[in-house]
Amino acid sequence: MKVFVCIKQVPDTETKIKIRGDGNGIDTAGVKWVMNPYDEFAVEEAIKMRESGKATQVIAISLGPKARVNETLRTALAMGADEAIAIDAGEDLDSYTTAKALAAAIRAEGEFKMILTGKQAIDDNQSAVSQMLAEFLGVPHATVISKIEYADSQVTVEREVEGGTREVIQLTLPAVVGANKGLNAPRYASLPGIMKAKKKTIKEIAINTLDTGDGDVRTQFVGFQLPPDKPAVKMIPGDAAAATAQLAKLLREEAKVI
Amino acid sequence: MSTITVFAEFANGQLKKSALELLTAARASGQKIQAIALGSGAKGLVDQLAQYGVDEAYLGDNAAFDQYNPEVFSKAVGDVLAAQKPATVLAASTMLGRDLFPRIAARLKAGIASDCTELNLAGGELKVRRPMYAGKCTAGVNFKSSDTRIIVMRPNQLPTGQPEGKKSTQVHDVAAPAGDLKTLIKQVVKGASSKLDLSEANIIVSGGRGMKEPANFKMLEELADVLGATVGASRAVVDAGWVPHNMQVGQTGKTVAPTLYIAAGISGAIQHLAGMSGSKVIVAINKDANAPIFQKATYGIVGDALEVVPLMTAEFKKLLH
Repeated sequence: MKVFVCIKQVPDTETKIKIRGDGNGIDTAGVKWVMNPYDEFAVEEAIKMRESGKATQVIAISLGPKARVNETLRTALAMGADEAIAIDAGEDLDSYTTAKALAAAIRAEGEFKMILTGKQAIDDNQSAVSQMLAEFLGVPHATVISKIEYADSQVTVEREVEGGTREVIQLTLPAVVGANKGLNAPRYASLPGIMKAKKKTIKEIAINTLDTGDGDVRTQFVGFQLPPDKPAVKMIPGDAAAATAQLAKLLREEAKVI
Repeated sequence: MSTITVFAEFANGQLKKSALELLTAARASGQKIQAIALGSGAKGLVDQLAQYGVDEAYLGDNAAFDQYNPEVFSKAVGDVLAAQKPATVLAASTMLGRDLFPRIAARLKAGIASDCTELNLAGGELKVRRPMYAGKCTAGVNFKSSDTRIIVMRPNQLPTGQPEGKKSTQVHDVAAPAGDLKTLIKQVVKGASSKLDLSEANIIVSGGRGMKEPANFKMLEELADVLGATVGASRAVVDAGWVPHNMQVGQTGKTVAPTLYIAAGISGAIQHLAGMSGSKVIVAINKDANAPIFQKATYGIVGDALEVVPLMTAEFKKLLH
């Protein structure tokens, strides 16, 4: 059975963000793009499913500007994914259109057992595509998952919620599962893996050939702003005891937060 | 007149603070207000909802709603919203809200903005802003369709007003969806912590490498107890296995904006700073006077966190008790 893994390319976490000229996005010049960190857990889990015989085929799928998407898909292939699909699309599609396009592309591939995603992408942090994808495909979902146990027609997953509480959830397959850190330890691509990945063909689909389109966009991020400059830090001098006493006083009388 | 529907979370018979924040904003807008509350005891909320100006309450006072199940909740809430077609839906960015509302947005073909930090409903308009790249910048959200717009607001960003007067709130029942479920909650394993989640905490005490070893996080727990705070951590100590990932603050952990953030022994990697720089007041304690964390801090103490933290605990105890 096929397992799909949805991945996104995001600016590396060390990236310094600059606002684009029109104010409606970031300046991508010089940005180092990486696979969304949570998606790495999803890719690893999909490959482990195949290795343990719970799936026959891992298909990585991504949406965005072709060149950038292909690079991330190559990484997934190098880690061990069998096939890759790139949905060539514009820069700033919203979660709704993204999920709709992914659903259409996955449906076109026939039956599937499971779809793995990261719990959220660290660029817009909307944490929306996994749940929307599940709704569009009419299957159950669970996100923020740090453990998966497999049975024939279902999976049992652990979802982390507030205060370290864990919910144990049983999903009838097929299902969409959003991976959290802790699910597994993603492997690095091996050199033979990288060589093999270079030879694989990435299937390219133009977004306008899918049952969706830019007309479906519901939201757009606009008017980007950098955070206001903070006033300079007030360094509190003196030994630890004196400084701490002074800090308590400032927090109470000046900042009025305690 | 357009309608705002507030998804109101509650616990122990009381509306959560995050729900009061949303209701206060809705009340000030002058629009018609609906509220949805699900779970045993929901009917007991009618008076509180009336005091916050709710015109119509959709209450699912049913044990089937006591444990969040995305399938059950998306059907129940989705059906109310599909029938009522409000212009705006407000929900809190809790674990529940973040999970549920994207699915509902897909169901309703609605636009959604998650984890918003600014909301303005004045003059019938809807203006929201949210952090992008974990707070390295912010963006406004344009809704391109005239359909329902769903706003999931981060807690602690809006003021809570006082209960006022009393609307005569019309009450409607929300039935639990019937039929076989593909999603079953088998068990809920309670965490050790009774404290608020990082995303809802008003005060956060975070530790990094400067805490030297996992056992020293006990010092942060003690400080947090005195302040009524929640303990967080840097990625470095989470990756080192000192504390679980749900404590991680930063771009690959939780983005937080409490009133007071205390960073103990955290140097301030860019991805950590992105996740906490929206905090109102930041206190940094670090041995290295050149640590990047001081660039974002309101107050700084150059010193050993292991020495300063216990002193802070003692000092705050004197002040607060």
